[in-house]
Amino acid sequence: MKSNIWTIIKKEFARFFGDRQLIFTAVIMPGLLIYLIYSLMGTGINNMIADSENQQITLRVENMPESMNELMTSYICPFCKLETASFTQDDIDKLDSKDVNTLLVRFPADFDQQVEDYNSFETEEVPNIEVYYNSANMAVSAFKQKVCSDIMEYNRGYTINRVDEENPTQYDVADESIGAMIWSKILPMLILMMLFSGVMAIAPSAIAGEKERGTIATLLVTPMKRNELAIGKIVSLSCIALLSGISSFIGIALSLPNMISAEDANLGFDYTFNDYIALMFIIFSSVLIMASAVSLLSALAKDVKNAGTMITPFMLVVMLCGLVPLMQDGASESVTSYFIPFYNSIQAMTAVFAHDLNWGFVAVTLGANIIFAGIAVWGLTKMFNSEKIMFNK
Amino acid sequence: MEEILHAEGLCKTFTLSRKQQKIERTTVKRKTAVDHLTFSAYRGEIFGLLGPNGAGKTTTLRMLSTLIRPDEGDAILDGCSVVNQPEEVRGKIGFLTSELKLEDFFTPNYLFDFFSRLHGVEEAVIRKRKERMFSRFGIDRFAEVKVANLSTGMKQKLSLVISLVHDPEIIIFDEPTNGLDVLTARTVTDYLQELRGDGKTIILSTHIFSLVERLCDRVGIIIDGHMTVCGTLSEVCDGIPLEDRFFNIYKEVKGGEE
Repeated sequence: MKSNIWTIIKKEFARFFGDRQLIFTAVIMPGLLIYLIYSLMGTGINNMIADSENQQITLRVENMPESMNELMTSYICPFCKLETASFTQDDIDKLDSKDVNTLLVRFPADFDQQVEDYNSFETEEVPNIEVYYNSANMAVSAFKQKVCSDIMEYNRGYTINRVDEENPTQYDVADESIGAMIWSKILPMLILMMLFSGVMAIAPSAIAGEKERGTIATLLVTPMKRNELAIGKIVSLSCIALLSGISSFIGIALSLPNMISAEDANLGFDYTFNDYIALMFIIFSSVLIMASAVSLLSALAKDVKNAGTMITPFMLVVMLCGLVPLMQDGASESVTSYFIPFYNSIQAMTAVFAHDLNWGFVAVTLGANIIFAGIAVWGLTKMFNSEKIMFNK
Repeated sequence: MEEILHAEGLCKTFTLSRKQQKIERTTVKRKTAVDHLTFSAYRGEIFGLLGPNGAGKTTTLRMLSTLIRPDEGDAILDGCSVVNQPEEVRGKIGFLTSELKLEDFFTPNYLFDFFSRLHGVEEAVIRKRKERMFSRFGIDRFAEVKVANLSTGMKQKLSLVISLVHDPEIIIFDEPTNGLDVLTARTVTDYLQELRGDGKTIILSTHIFSLVERLCDRVGIIIDGHMTVCGTLSEVCDGIPLEDRFFNIYKEVKGGEE
């Protein structure tokens, strides 16, 4: 039995690795494309940021309050040219030109007094600060964000005074980088999609294609057991799809430095050996279940074209599973989630990327996926045995 | 004479799709392709299944080769049942029909090894047998040419060789000379006689009378899924040419209907 499975696997490998075009489309192209697209995107974004950082911005403040002096001179001023002067409507109109790198801020003449009155309940009116800028100018726009948030921080310091006793003092205890949060939301979906596209590139041709070309019947008249053919097909397709997935992964890994500028060290990959091992198990079992599912649909299809039509709705469901992490806070804590194929892979990967690895859940995912792959082998065997499915056109 | 194949009450019905119903101008949803077919074949003979198109010849051969399962009845091939031991049966037969295709991407050399291994043939035997068969059919010069680039005749010869990689005792051929040029057809029929000489049993289906007269030891005439006559060629012909005999039988069977 083992040797027949191996013979089928070897044949599928020979078919794949002997076809340069197929290798290029399924293995080289995904990684290369991802690398090129991400690198170009990253370089573009970094250039835009660099451009805006290189521009000298003028911040003109009217009625600079005493209390704001330190904030402005010590924290904001290093990033700009600070002018303390009043401005007119004419000055505001001039901001229309994208080339004018100026931000205008107007405080009420008695800003400090107004803040004091507000804090001592003399008035309910919050002191109003006016900020004029041109949002089309990226550098000014980004700088405006910084100035506003700094002023807001300052302002909040005052307003909070009113409820100070009840307001708990906040300490941020997060020891993980913001990267973990971002990766855990994006990477599971990306990985799943890449693996799926790898399976899609080869599985329909390997099963529906053989049906269409009449070559599967030649295999079916050999004494090989149908389940050997099913296992051989699923295992070989999984391996090839994995190669395609690895290629995409390398593409991402190589383009990461271009995507994330060195200054954003927080976004770095800080995963442990255990995380990678868990990820490997999850990816292997995901590929297996994907190849199984796509093989089943391909066997059911009349030809390759029909297989494509049948697989598309299924792919959309898998994509939806991939979107789940975007809507949730961290991976699911319920063990049931890890029994559902595809959804379990997404959840388990989310946990790994969020530095929340749970070996129990990884084991359940692995076990569930292997069981489902086993069921798929049984189903595919039944299909290979079914004259209706194999020979009806 | 040693009986090597015995089919007993083989039945097969198919569900007709609406499209097929329209083509056949019928409202009946199920069509009986083979109706309680019983016959035997003996070791070392060529047995021909003769009948018009749609008589049930191909369906019978597909049941014998375990590609499809009979609804009723069974066939025992060299001691193995097509219903209960399909894998063992497939190990004992070589089946060739135009439906079975070879992957265009591979070379004759690769395919011979691949199918030999699936049949569990030993490596040393594979090598020797390949050499002999390839040179017998002139495939040796094209051993490393992809199937896609072979001529139609060469593809047919390769299919024949591939179906015999395991040196089976029973060889089942569906329309063995269909679509072949005269030269290739001759090569195939000569080889069938050679195989008979080696003690192999050959079951073939055809609607070509001359082929049956030239090759077959025994013949069964199938009309509408029924075995109407079965016996040695001389028994069936009963002193008149096979073609005339066939039309007489055909008229007898169909005459009542028309």
